[in-house]
Amino acid sequence: MSDIPADLRYTRSHEWIKDNGDGTITVGITDHAQEALGDIVFVETPENGRTVGAEEACAVVESVKAASDIYAPIAGEIVETNAALGDAPDLINSSPYEEGWILRMTPSNLADLATLLDASAYEEVVAEDA
Amino acid sequence: MGSRTPLYAEHLALGARMVPFGGWDMPLHYGSQLDEHQTVRHAAGVFDVSHMRPVDVEGAGARDFLRHLLANDVARLATPGKALYSCMLNELGGVVDDLIVYWRGGERYRLVVNAATAHGDIAWMRAQSGHFAVRIAPREDLAMLAVQGPEARARAAALLPAELAESALALKPFFATEHNDWFVARTGYTGEDGFELMLPADAVVELWRALLAAGVRPCGLGARDTLRLEAGMNLYGQDMDADVGPLESGLEWTVAWEPAERDFIGRTALEHLRASPDRRRFIGLLLSGRGVLRAHQCLLVAGQPAGDITSGGFAPTLGRSIALARLDSGVRLEPGDLCAVEIRGQAVAARVVKPPFARHGQACIPLD
Repeated sequence: MSDIPADLRYTRSHEWIKDNGDGTITVGITDHAQEALGDIVFVETPENGRTVGAEEACAVVESVKAASDIYAPIAGEIVETNAALGDAPDLINSSPYEEGWILRMTPSNLADLATLLDASAYEEVVAEDA
Repeated sequence: MGSRTPLYAEHLALGARMVPFGGWDMPLHYGSQLDEHQTVRHAAGVFDVSHMRPVDVEGAGARDFLRHLLANDVARLATPGKALYSCMLNELGGVVDDLIVYWRGGERYRLVVNAATAHGDIAWMRAQSGHFAVRIAPREDLAMLAVQGPEARARAAALLPAELAESALALKPFFATEHNDWFVARTGYTGEDGFELMLPADAVVELWRALLAAGVRPCGLGARDTLRLEAGMNLYGQDMDADVGPLESGLEWTVAWEPAERDFIGRTALEHLRASPDRRRFIGLLLSGRGVLRAHQCLLVAGQPAGDITSGGFAPTLGRSIALARLDSGVRLEPGDLCAVEIRGQAVAARVVKPPFARHGQACIPLD
């Protein structure tokens, strides 16, 4: 059974979103997603300062199996990406919700967070996947 | 739902991620494909390859039939037990399948063919057998394991029937020994030492469990693919197929041109292509830039499309991405030449190298 922390928001495309409380959010992929992808061997992250729309592809995670797009959960600006993934992309496998975070962004409208799935709604998405 | 090998329940109990492959439900990995890969390079792993099909070819015309059927020449097998890798071609010189053939002495041979193609292969062989006095017997009663890695032979030999333990350890590479329905070959698809074992299907669960108890790690198709790619070995259906033959997929070394009078299926088409300046070249690539090479990506020379990747991926032994690629007609590149591969719309730098990329635990190419 995959780990779905109760304090995060989620998307149907298996990103998790953490509200940092300072006007920024952190985005990664869920435990369920990393398990389905298998060993991650490469992560391509966006440039800082790039403006992205909701559900716009903005990063790529490549596993031994395939390449998968990572989507901006809501509109905003990329402010930081996880430099540690350059040498250790497998942090996404070993620590999907902590050390394996992918990017931080400043949402255009923080209230958009409310449109995302909560943990119990995401649990249903995962159940449908199985 | 696909076919299941006798080890299906064992795979589930080990927590394997199962995937459809060639009509079978097979393990992709048991947790980490990368760890399984490294275990085979440095210790010992076991693959359930019972989806592959042994086919026995016997009878007074067996040798003559196989000399007609296969692009490599079984007459090269000078000692009983010796194995030969060969393509089985169609009349146009395309590949029906690639296989290993073992000479079992006299007019007795065993072929091992791929899972997805087995049904068609057997129909093809029967259709070609016409006036040859042969029996073609698919051995669905046998299971098959590949035990691979530097420690594989020592660990596996101790678990074989007593009659085989000694002769198995004495095998030279590409030789096999057998006793009753147990068949042990020092062959594989990983670039490491090891055995491929064929045995009665009802004995395979016991052997599988004994291998695991002896510290041999279960490995899935994912690691099998990265291991064979690093070893520079082709995958049927990806690097060559019914339309693309051995001369355009790096397998010319498996075609026995001599003696010139041996009339094997596809010979005329191959000889025509061999003399043609249009013949497409097959190369290895090492990615210099960032990313992962994948099948079907486009190779670029001076910014122009110049070929396609047929197999690509991340090479765990090298920590880099590698690929096999076929150049367009008229394009020539040599090892050391620089080119690029289009990855998500970007041209990423790559260098031409000569496979194999890695074998016996080590890189075989310069990584600078």
